[in-house]
Amino acid sequence: MPGREAARPAATALPPKIRVRGLDLFYGAKQALHAVALDIAEKKVTAFIGPSGCGKSTLLRCFNRMNDLVDGVRIRGEVLLGGQDIHAPNLDVIELRKRVGMVFQKSNPFPKSIYENVAYGLRVAGVSQKAALDGVVEKSLRGAALWDEVKDRLHESALGLSGGQQQRLCIARAVAVEPDVILMDEPCSALDPIATAKVEELIHELKKQFTIVIVTHNMQQAARCSDQTAFFYLGKLIEYAETRTIFMNPANAQTEAYVSGRFG
Amino acid sequence: MKRFFDAELETFRSHLILMGETSFRQVRDAIKALVEANIALADRVIAADDEVDQLEIKIDDEAIRYMNLRSPIATELRFVIVGMKASHDLERVGDEASNIAKRAVKLAAEPPLKPYVDIPRMAAIALEMLRDALDCFLHLDADKAIAVIKRDSEVDAINRQLYRELTSFMIEKPETISRALELMFISKSIERIADHATNIAEEMVFLAQARDIRHTDELKKSEPI
Ligand SMILES: Nc1ncnc2c1ncn2[C@@H]1O[C@H](COP(=O)(O)OP(=O)(O)OP(=O)(O)O)[C@@H](O)[C@H]1O
Ligand SMILES: [Mg+2]
Repeated sequence: MPGREAARPAATALPPKIRVRGLDLFYGAKQALHAVALDIAEKKVTAFIGPSGCGKSTLLRCFNRMNDLVDGVRIRGEVLLGGQDIHAPNLDVIELRKRVGMVFQKSNPFPKSIYENVAYGLRVAGVSQKAALDGVVEKSLRGAALWDEVKDRLHESALGLSGGQQQRLCIARAVAVEPDVILMDEPCSALDPIATAKVEELIHELKKQFTIVIVTHNMQQAARCSDQTAFFYLGKLIEYAETRTIFMNPANAQTEAYVSGRFG
Repeated sequence: MKRFFDAELETFRSHLILMGETSFRQVRDAIKALVEANIALADRVIAADDEVDQLEIKIDDEAIRYMNLRSPIATELRFVIVGMKASHDLERVGDEASNIAKRAVKLAAEPPLKPYVDIPRMAAIALEMLRDALDCFLHLDADKAIAVIKRDSEVDAINRQLYRELTSFMIEKPETISRALELMFISKSIERIADHATNIAEEMVFLAQARDIRHTDELKKSEPI
């Protein structure tokens, strides 16, 4: 990906939600991202694929400055969220993380009730009226296609839910604070095919309202759920295009080898 | 469970139905144009061939996209593959209809060699086969598909009979050669249409039962001429 020219798949109607330019990231002396430049389209699903260690999670964590929490990280380059530089000195990182929510590979509900898990972000933000919380909890659980399964046990522990339900609960928790962007790092890797299908269905629903970036090792999943796909290798963005193009007619031989399972 | 991409499969299916209906109409109109010496209708059939071709391209594109992005398995995978093959057969049916229409235009300029009896009868069987083959596709009805396959020999028999009859015309009256040849080609086209209907029916058996009955003795086919 030469120079500062941004990779951007076919023209989309809306301006990009996230813009990345010349992004380098170092863990100490080791460079994990090399001059990454790409645009993430608003209200679309963008998939990041690539072999283990290529920097997908690292890049994802750049979008809400989660890498700030890692010792010895150095970042160069630009990340704009809705046109705003997320590294600007006056930027409120807590606010940023509210706008850019995250769902992890291992579902990580708090050891609290289902209700409290979803209400958590709002309580932190100072909302305390029961009616307001009830409304958001229901809406978010419905949004995460979990409401019908848990509506009668809202005050039971979230840890009693199945893995797939826990993952959808984490999505409900992310949705509850109404972020702009939801980042998902291998959200289905611990789920069975049915739970996976439910999450994929959910992703398809959520993109009506949110911009979604998903990291996945499952090629079929990337093909099914995403609109755009970015392929990374050794910290570099190798190819970025419409998902259909990446899976049917990739321009790059490495991309083709990877998506067809003939890598290395 | 309903999936967000089920609609894509529905679109694929409805394009196949549309293509089936369009090619059926093309054959029916081509034969009508021939029998009625209706040049305007024949021209319409020739012009409409492009519709069938465009549908084939669309269906191929949808099938490839679906297989590529949705990783279908089992019945769904067979459905997409069979749909793609059926659309190829239907495209050929459309070509045959257009060939018949072109010959109908030529024949309309001359007096008929003999009253049209066998050709419409043969075409009626081929059209029924085509319709039934498409029906099995909609209802996954393998029994009906097998019934279609068995009818192929009826069409073959009429084709052979016409061939002999037209040959004797040509021998007796050389001035009929060009007309008789056109009719032979038309008869051959109809026979090909029945073959395509048979192919579709065989594919349907595969779709319904995952059983390949092509090139087996299971259904004894008639001999070539
Ligand atoms: N906290 C860290 N400290 C040092 N190096 C790290 C750290 N996190 C990641 N790395 C290194 O950065 C590179 C990119 O890692 P990253 O986790 O982004 O890869 P990934 O593409 O998400 O891989 P996977 O598919 O296995 O999750 C790897 O070489 C990894 O070892
Ligand atoms: Mg990772």
